[in-house]
Amino acid sequence: MADEVILLDYWPSMFGMRTRVALEEKNIKFDYREQDLFNKSPFLLEMNPVHKKIPVLIHNGKPVCESLIQVEYIDETWPGGNSFLPSDPYQRAQAKFWGDFIDKKVYGPTRLIWGAKGEEQEAGTKEFIEMLKMLESELGDKTYFGGETFGYVDIAMIGFYCWFDVLEKCGNFSIEAECPKLIAWAKRCMKRESVGKSLPNSDKITKFVPELKKKIGIE
Amino acid sequence: MAERSEEVKLLGMWASPFSRRVEIALTLKGLPYEFSEQDIANKSPLLLQSNPVHKMIPVLLHNGKPISESLVILEYIDDTWQHNQILPQDPYDKAIARFWARFVDEQIYVTAMKVVGKVGEERDAAVEATRDLLKLMEKELVGKDFLGGESLGFVDIVATLVAFWLMRTEEVVGVKVVPVEMFPEIHRWVKNLLDVDVIKKCIPPEDEHLNYIRARMDSLKLKSV
Repeated sequence: MADEVILLDYWPSMFGMRTRVALEEKNIKFDYREQDLFNKSPFLLEMNPVHKKIPVLIHNGKPVCESLIQVEYIDETWPGGNSFLPSDPYQRAQAKFWGDFIDKKVYGPTRLIWGAKGEEQEAGTKEFIEMLKMLESELGDKTYFGGETFGYVDIAMIGFYCWFDVLEKCGNFSIEAECPKLIAWAKRCMKRESVGKSLPNSDKITKFVPELKKKIGIE
Repeated sequence: MAERSEEVKLLGMWASPFSRRVEIALTLKGLPYEFSEQDIANKSPLLLQSNPVHKMIPVLLHNGKPISESLVILEYIDDTWQHNQILPQDPYDKAIARFWARFVDEQIYVTAMKVVGKVGEERDAAVEATRDLLKLMEKELVGKDFLGGESLGFVDIVATLVAFWLMRTEEVVGVKVVPVEMFPEIHRWVKNLLDVDVIKKCIPPEDEHLNYIRARMDSLKLKSV
């Protein structure tokens, strides 16, 4: 049976990038549909009525929402090739823990770095660096977060990399100086075809952020 | 069930919905475990060592190895002891279950906390917002005995937070956040839950629990004066 896979997404979204990477890793053909988040389509609202957010993965007409849930769904539905999660339950739990950590602790501060000013922005920058250091400590000297194979936590984190340049500019800091191993990890990931195809260039994001600020009404 | 000697220890807190849900899962699977009540105000070295990132309960220690974050723990339990499955088998159904579990924790819980933590207009707004979220849960229950379908599942276990925490707070706060006229399905579901022995066994005893919530709220008011 031919699978129909649609992805409702927004090009700068680090969450959307996770799903793109996951689909590319499994060589799944999908229909990428760019969404206008400032003028949400009836289809998006129908497919994600609860949160009205992207990304939404639609597989044979059935929607799956939330990027990490989508990554797991992709891994379970198309089990061939590179498995994103380890088979050992304890290792799986560790991977899910770190995916959850990235969602809860890493994303929030980034909004303060590019979206806020003064003390709030400084606090965001400080927190972001602290969280990245925790991630770097978890990575250690491994090639990828999961060890030798590119997996769930790598997919959860890599989309942030194209945002690093603009975050550094806004927050006036150097991520490489704070977390060199993490940058080395990101560069390794960028060599993967799936990642290269799924992430926009850093300068595109850097140019985009001032426009985004205008759109959402912050100076 | 266990092929070798298994040591399962739960670092938890008797009044926490996140801790209790792990106890429900362990009990559903018939797994013996040691419960270690943690003092959140004075965190033990074992807790800090087992969950250095968040320093929070619950933490499950399986043969000494720690797993943190209640939803991660629930999935770990289901992966490790595969009888009496909590999550559905089908990947799509699993994705939906995971979605609703997060909805309870990230949307309902966060908003409902404001009902307890705020007063006056801010509380009223929180009540409204919580009801809007609960309407979505109400819809999910139409035609079903449990959120998991015919029997108790992952989302039911997670949503005990609504049944035995949010709804119990009504007495203490003096606001009917979840009136039966507005939420008949949720009330029916709570009755179904109370018919399940494991649930009855694993939820905090009502009177003690209400006193605890009252005491916590009083202490918060004292701080804000």
